[in-house]
Amino acid sequence: MTYLPGMEELEDSDIMDSVISAMNGYDADSYTSEDVERALYHDFCTEDDFGALLSPAAAPYLEQIAQKAQQEKLKHFGNTVLMFTPLYISNYCSNYCVYCGFNCHNDINRRKLNYEEIEEEMQAIAATGLEEVLILTGESREKSDVEYIGEACRIARKYFRYIGLEIYPVNSDEYQYLHDCGADCVTVFQETYDSVMYEKLHVEGHKRIFPYRVNAQERALRGGMRGVGFGALLGLSDFRKDAFATGIHASLIQKKYPQAEISFSCPRLRPIVNNDKINPRDVHERELLQIVCAYRIFMPFAGITISTRERAGFRDNLVKIAATKISAGVSTGIGSHSEKVENAGDDQFVISDGRTVDEVFRALEAEGMQPVMNDYIYV
Amino acid sequence: MSAVNNDDKLVIAGHEFNSRFILGSGKYSVNLIKAAVEQAGAEIVTLAVRRANSGTENIIDYIPDNVTLMPNTSGARDAREAVRIARLAREMGCGDFVKIEIMRDSKYLMPDNIETVKATEILADEGFIVMPYIMPDLYTARDLENAGAAAVMPLAAPIGSNKGLSSKDFIQMLINEIDLPVIVDAGLGRPSQACQAMEMGADAVMCNTGIASAKNVSLMAKAFGGAVKAGRQAYLAGPGRVLENGADPSSPLTGFISE
Repeated sequence: MTYLPGMEELEDSDIMDSVISAMNGYDADSYTSEDVERALYHDFCTEDDFGALLSPAAAPYLEQIAQKAQQEKLKHFGNTVLMFTPLYISNYCSNYCVYCGFNCHNDINRRKLNYEEIEEEMQAIAATGLEEVLILTGESREKSDVEYIGEACRIARKYFRYIGLEIYPVNSDEYQYLHDCGADCVTVFQETYDSVMYEKLHVEGHKRIFPYRVNAQERALRGGMRGVGFGALLGLSDFRKDAFATGIHASLIQKKYPQAEISFSCPRLRPIVNNDKINPRDVHERELLQIVCAYRIFMPFAGITISTRERAGFRDNLVKIAATKISAGVSTGIGSHSEKVENAGDDQFVISDGRTVDEVFRALEAEGMQPVMNDYIYV
Repeated sequence: MSAVNNDDKLVIAGHEFNSRFILGSGKYSVNLIKAAVEQAGAEIVTLAVRRANSGTENIIDYIPDNVTLMPNTSGARDAREAVRIARLAREMGCGDFVKIEIMRDSKYLMPDNIETVKATEILADEGFIVMPYIMPDLYTARDLENAGAAAVMPLAAPIGSNKGLSSKDFIQMLINEIDLPVIVDAGLGRPSQACQAMEMGADAVMCNTGIASAKNVSLMAKAFGGAVKAGRQAYLAGPGRVLENGADPSSPLTGFISE
């Protein structure tokens, strides 16, 4: 996997090698109930404790793990839950990722919003009361270049106090440009840290270059971004190894860049009903809860976002236990927030929680949680 | 101070307060703040500018009018950012009090003392009433005094930990040596710990998580308010000695002296 022309290499960084080496050394089946009990007892969660909490041996301890996660959440975040919504501005993609609805071989309705449409969409979102927006594009540099995304950030600054990005990975000088345009946080989904599986799943396009993607968060921080988000698409490969690698990656980045605000996202591939015998390593709600709680205990100060791919009841409970951030009023299509934008592009995936901002806000309040629209200041 | 008197006020930069309990607001549901303020008898409430900066939900609306707001600069990573946030707070109408919080580590959220001194110099010059949150360190506290701080706010234990006075010995040095009010902040999780800080001679204490994480927020606020008063009274009363070794020696070492 050699870098393509123009891709910045971080020759002085050994974070990727350390993550891969830790993941390769992680044997989830080697942990015992004693290891799990020790991890639950410790004040500070070591890498080994994190491994134990993710292991099959921890499954019978899910209630205790959730209790500990909740204590940590309360200590660091109280009962607050941040609210935001994603805005898809383009669904053009030059990659062929076999599992993705936006992939370049799928015959879907492609769409890219112009600046006027972006502004209309943002006005419609801001009218719901949200103050944080996540700008997303499909991964096509040609169709949605850095200047285009930067201009979207500039428009967003007029309506929102916090702007996150989920776009194709770029070089650190480009992250610097996007930060100057108003963006403060970059999330890059690694999908899987298993490089062999990664190549199999990412058949064409710049996304095939595994190390360029792994090093994206570090380039973003070098470019001046304040926060970076991590996430594996759980279920693509061995989810325990991927969750372990995600945690180690985030932890090493935080150690090297102590000021960085760290967050996790936890998407999963939905198991097929009655598929347990075919794939015993599917990620069901139980496993997902275990992973999210393990992230919380391992890095108690980190943000955790829970996707609308999960059902409302699961999300509402997860923010009580471990997650800190929830999206609302979500549409994964292109141009579907505002009634003014016509001919919306197709959705990336089907969402399971279609509640409006107001509905999520009231549901959180009813559960004794404190929905927060903004806890951020751009300086 | 040798006697209890009814005019025992907390004085910060010429402003007088009857209460020596400062309430943090970060981890509450906003509708619980009012009850906590009333039950604890707090007259100063801190709030993060980054939260108050919200257009739709304004914490300030939930804070009673007779309470002094102390905006904090949380989110700042260096002196320059803290100064910008403090100025923004003033523009928002939060008054002249500002609590400096500068963290360059997202894991432990420990205050950066060096940057805090720099920010204090700038903001004190601009007429702010500067309340710096610090690791308890004597040199830093002296530098802050020289820089024009109105008080020092040393942490008792890691923020949010509810662990109590882990840094007791170092806070005692500040109480002994620094002429500014010493307000113990962060890590106090139980009323008994707040009481102990006051008995040591702290001028005030601040608490957020200890109350916010209680099952009954307003009752815990009341308990903290009472504990702070008790601790202050004990300090003013002049606590009796504690016999560390369990007894008075019956044959004193100096018994041989004959004249």
